[in-house]
Amino acid sequence: MTLNSKIPSGSLESKWKTYKSTCKLVNPANKRQLEVIVIGTGLAGASAAASLGEMGYKVKTFCFQDSPRRAHSIAAQGGINAAKNYQNDGDSTYRLFYDTVKGGDYRAREGNVYRLAEVSANIIDQCVAQGVPFAREYGGLLSNRSFGGTQVQRTFYAAGQTGQQLLIGAYQALERQVALGNVKQYSRHEMLEVVIIDGKARGIIARNLVTGELERHFGHAVLLCSGGYGNVFYLSTNAMGSNVTAAWKAHKKGAYFGNPCFTQIHPTCIPVSGDHQSKLTLMSESLRNDGRIWVPKKQGDNRKPNDIPEEERDYYLERRYPAFGNLVPRDVASRAAKERCDAGYGVGASKQAVYLDYASAIERYGKVEANKLGLENASAEKITELGKGVVEAKYGNLFEMYEKITGENPYEVPMRIYPAVHYTMGGLWVDYELQTTVPGLYALGEANFSDHGANRLGASALMQGLADGYFVIPYTLGNNLADDIRTKAIPTDHPAFVAAEKEVNDRINKLMSIKGTESVESFHKRLGKIMWDKCGMARNEKGLREAIEEIKALRKEFWSNVRIPGDINEFNPELDKANRVADFLELGELMCMDALNRNESCGGHFREEYQTEDGEAMRQDDNYMYVAAWEYKGESQFEMHKEELVYDVVHPTQRSYK
Amino acid sequence: MEHYHMNLTLKVWKQKNKNDKGRFETYEVKNISSEMSFLEMFDVLNEQLIAEGKEPIAFDHDCREGICGACSMYINGRAHGPWHHTTTCQLHMREYKDGDTIVVEPFRANAFPVIKDLVVDRTAFDRIIQAGGYISVNTGNAVDANAIPIDKHNADEAFAAAACIGCGACVAACPNASAMLFTSAKVSHLALLPQGEPERTTRVADMIRQHDKEGFGGCTNIGACEAECPKGISLENIARLNREYMAATFRGGSKNSI
Repeated sequence: MTLNSKIPSGSLESKWKTYKSTCKLVNPANKRQLEVIVIGTGLAGASAAASLGEMGYKVKTFCFQDSPRRAHSIAAQGGINAAKNYQNDGDSTYRLFYDTVKGGDYRAREGNVYRLAEVSANIIDQCVAQGVPFAREYGGLLSNRSFGGTQVQRTFYAAGQTGQQLLIGAYQALERQVALGNVKQYSRHEMLEVVIIDGKARGIIARNLVTGELERHFGHAVLLCSGGYGNVFYLSTNAMGSNVTAAWKAHKKGAYFGNPCFTQIHPTCIPVSGDHQSKLTLMSESLRNDGRIWVPKKQGDNRKPNDIPEEERDYYLERRYPAFGNLVPRDVASRAAKERCDAGYGVGASKQAVYLDYASAIERYGKVEANKLGLENASAEKITELGKGVVEAKYGNLFEMYEKITGENPYEVPMRIYPAVHYTMGGLWVDYELQTTVPGLYALGEANFSDHGANRLGASALMQGLADGYFVIPYTLGNNLADDIRTKAIPTDHPAFVAAEKEVNDRINKLMSIKGTESVESFHKRLGKIMWDKCGMARNEKGLREAIEEIKALRKEFWSNVRIPGDINEFNPELDKANRVADFLELGELMCMDALNRNESCGGHFREEYQTEDGEAMRQDDNYMYVAAWEYKGESQFEMHKEELVYDVVHPTQRSYK
Repeated sequence: MEHYHMNLTLKVWKQKNKNDKGRFETYEVKNISSEMSFLEMFDVLNEQLIAEGKEPIAFDHDCREGICGACSMYINGRAHGPWHHTTTCQLHMREYKDGDTIVVEPFRANAFPVIKDLVVDRTAFDRIIQAGGYISVNTGNAVDANAIPIDKHNADEAFAAAACIGCGACVAACPNASAMLFTSAKVSHLALLPQGEPERTTRVADMIRQHDKEGFGGCTNIGACEAECPKGISLENIARLNREYMAATFRGGSKNSI
């Protein structure tokens, strides 16, 4: 199959406008006859389901959590980007587009990214209308802050809980549609298969996680809004339940997987403290607005951080990247931290950490406050006290979270941080209409591969999830469903439903019948270690080849020795987890194959063989300026298809933040 | 911070399903690190149970960073355990010492039926929101975000109320199993903003009607909800809800009664 991205012709600025005014529409009476299934209720899923419900489609939503409001978008901290230029600092749609394409190391589609930047401003308007309580200035207008990889202030936020507030906004809109009868909501349900009839996605098999029963649901279209797959690494900032299952089932039924190896390692997370660790906690990128990152200048320096004098500290980001300083993009900041720790400058018990220090911000803000209060000769203590107050107002909940986890007070002692898996830029390949290579099957938000290239900029995930759900799919779905108005709902006793359900049932029975000796958790941990060591922040050919063999062996062992307690027809979280880990064990192999294929370094994908003299990522545009879209051909067999990337407007250069 | 290890006795509520009567079971866990979170200690216990061929304990959890609201353990008589402004997932084992006994139950309320062990059904909260916890605005109708200036104080108060994570600790802590703190947080969030004004009277009336219908108890101003709320949602929200409700009653307002 040749990949057709369906990017509209015409100038960058006119593509989306032209599409919107020429796409096919579905009249209200027909919308009432069309059923849409939405998997996942995070920002992408909740916003899509609410918007489609408002338009009159019959929608069903599914989430594995006990309520749609708990989807992991809720945990996004720092903010959401939008090209509003409220700060009068030179922002524009073009600049957001440009920053995103450059930040993604020139591996994203120009057309998609421009559309994203275009609708970004509408998102903020929509959310404010819903009552999302963004931070405001005293004049009553919205406040902004900076995020990495940009030189303007375009990030809107609600303290360190922006994802929560945006999701609650979308959730409320969704619940309103549930109340109006336009959306039916299925919580504690997991999609375990997609049903394809005459080449089109026409429904799903879902498992009721409370009773264990399998259910068949028909839809004229299926939207996967099921998030990313960072949990393949076991330790990540994802929620415990975040998984690839819905996307992977779709992949095995014909949806190509785009750039699976593109993983984002976030530079500022609380470091691993021991083998018991079940997940990692992010410390928002917004902390790099005011915090300064450093390590001691001396290797293996065991002094307490506050005992190390200023001149013996290496603020390595400010030293290496004076133009962007502590606000370089995530991939760059993460690699720089790893470089310092690998070279023996790491801090803390594990030596796998660097400092994020607020002392100078507290002093700077304290002086400003003292000035405001007219205190001419404020004492150092008074300045510190005032400064702490300002920092608390801006980042209080994050500081509190840090203290709960580590038992250390970050107002007094610099935080220790280290990079951790956070987001996956890769995902199901979609065209401009967000449709996968299976007609009728769409992917939105983090589940698709589309807009972030090889590295996502901070505060852009929330933007993309809501752009896809509120402003893109309402148009593109109609354009396709307009051809389906004569298709009657297909009864779920259709042989395709029966066969799909049998497939799911057989697999569950097989899993339960293994009755081995090792827990699901243990297999997941072992997979995570292989992935982190060999397909993590730095990758090389030898390691990736080893990883592929190790994963195959581990998968074999899993299918012969996993122990799942309990029964099928009951609430059984171990069985739920086994279903997910079985899919991670297949995905991990594909990620390594993709990383092995891409003989270059770009964004979050760092192949040690391809770096500049000073350790920066070295792209190979002549050979790899394409999206790798993988087709499933059977166990361990994947065929790669290329979508060449064409840059009409931006000219790819060596990315520099110096 | 000094790290140490401890052995503990756990008395945990086991209940096969909603029809089972349920009982406490006693477990011993050894060599627990003070750096673990409370749920990581449960992970250790569950791995131990699986290795012994026994059934692990079911509990709700997801983000493990205090924001999704899934975790819901009632620990030694307190919702989410002893730490102030903390969810179960953020409680860490440095709170405990070697030899301690810890009793863990589900969040108990008639409106939160037990699904299994420590897992309860909190869908009643979704239905309270469905009754009116939103602003009726369709996608695509919004004016420019800065066309609606909002007094910073009100915006901050609305945010503080909207920080509710819907975990249900307020219900578990309340002797009446009232969900008034949860309901009032949503009523306050939207009543404090000009965007929420048009539906102000119907919203509060409809949400309270649903609250009562779900079987939550009435509020008698005890304040246990505020004390146990992991997000510090203030009792002032309940006072505001009462004022809103009075005003709504005078104006005779409920969408359903019109």
